[in-house]
Amino acid sequence: MKRAVFALCLLPLAWLVGRAVFGELGVNPVETVNRFLGDWALRFLLIALAVTPLRKVSGWSAVARLRRMLGLYAFFYAGLHVGSYLGLDLFFDWHILWKDVLKRRYITLGMIAFVLLVPLAATSTNAMIKRLGGRRWRNLHRLVYLIAPVAVIHYWMMIKADFRLPMLHAAVLAVLLGYRLAAWAMERRGQRAPLASRR
Amino acid sequence: MLIRTAADLADHDVTDERLYLDRRRFLAAGAATAVLAAGPAGAVPVSGYTPNAVTLDDKPTPFEAATAYNNFYEFGADKEDPGKTAPGIFRTTPWSVTVEGACAKPGTVAVEDLIKPHRLEERLTRLRCVEGWSMVIPWIGVPLAGILQRFEPTSQAKFVAFTTLYDPTRMPGQKRPILDWPYVEGLRIDEAMHPLTLLAVGCYGRELPAQNGAPLRLVVPWKYGFKSIKSIVAISFVADMPVSSWMKAAPREYGFYSNVNPEVDHPRWSQASERRIGEFRRRQTLPFNGYADQVASLYQGMDLKKWF
Repeated sequence: MKRAVFALCLLPLAWLVGRAVFGELGVNPVETVNRFLGDWALRFLLIALAVTPLRKVSGWSAVARLRRMLGLYAFFYAGLHVGSYLGLDLFFDWHILWKDVLKRRYITLGMIAFVLLVPLAATSTNAMIKRLGGRRWRNLHRLVYLIAPVAVIHYWMMIKADFRLPMLHAAVLAVLLGYRLAAWAMERRGQRAPLASRR
Repeated sequence: MLIRTAADLADHDVTDERLYLDRRRFLAAGAATAVLAAGPAGAVPVSGYTPNAVTLDDKPTPFEAATAYNNFYEFGADKEDPGKTAPGIFRTTPWSVTVEGACAKPGTVAVEDLIKPHRLEERLTRLRCVEGWSMVIPWIGVPLAGILQRFEPTSQAKFVAFTTLYDPTRMPGQKRPILDWPYVEGLRIDEAMHPLTLLAVGCYGRELPAQNGAPLRLVVPWKYGFKSIKSIVAISFVADMPVSSWMKAAPREYGFYSNVNPEVDHPRWSQASERRIGEFRRRQTLPFNGYADQVASLYQGMDLKKWF
């Protein structure tokens, strides 16, 4: 299953490359590429965040084995997204990049989200988990609860009008984070009332 | 300005009514053929215009790009939406324009009659979108000043407000409140009367395609594209500065003047440079979109950072 999902996750990129090869990137290809990659980075971030709730709700435990890969795909597409902004849009003009990051709040937020993803990707190997220890590793990876909202706000802020799509992403994220909050609250209540039946 | 007033018109200038009716029938037949041919709206050629009345060294943007990449939220918020949906559903005949407010001769005029007394001219001008991309488009139209003067604005007319059609059946994007419909834009009276300000009815040698603002749109080349309001149904002379749709939607981001200015930043997009559609590298954005020589004097003494 893992291999099939791995291949599936490459489909968006393959689709984009195919369109580029056939000259189907539209009137403003740089914008098309950048938006497409950003969309998929955000989607993979939400998909990775959906793994644990899905496992708990459905009891389908095998899905947990996909979590790391899905998270790394989020980083992969985010990296391509930032790369296309830097390489295609700004043509490696570091001066403009610096000004954009400081001045344009949605770019500031997007950059923060990306930079915070880097340590998570870097510590995704088994060896790193061992080195950090499970607890510290888990605490570090809780950063994703910050990264995902920042990424959604980044997306929201670059829309001029018609907020249906950012709203949809925000709603999905709210459900995914809300589930964790509810689970955490229930667990706490369970601890405070040890006589209550625990599940 | 060469405006012919009624006194200049001799008897033989007045079209015989029979001919006039014939012309009407001819136009109607033409429109019917156009619909039958199911070609894209705007495939109808325009004739009798002065070519190259205003030119540029810049290469015109391909027609295919200029008609497939449009910000025209009345047909959807994606830039590909208007080109896909508008030609099939947007009928523009008949079309009339109401001119009202502080003027001696208000009235409602068919678009043909609004344009007819004037000489059409072709002008190749730059179009700079606030989002940081630009095009070069050969418009066909009439200087707005001549048209406005026919309605004899009074001294109360300090600004001119323009309104786009509101009809959600023909403009399905208006079914959702993504902007406060109908779209409204405005110019200061001296901007409206400036010789560079064009009321366009065509582009690329043909009638305006639906997605480009058929049948009548403004072209104000030294301002960001959203100032060049499309599919106009009302022009109003007013004393106070109109509040445009984008000013209402995001007052921090969009000001009334919205002159192209690489020095004044927009919170979202860099205005220092732009991507010319069809080019890969960004190019420097010019003050007043390259029309500073003609229009900078309109804003003498104004703080353009404040009046963005």
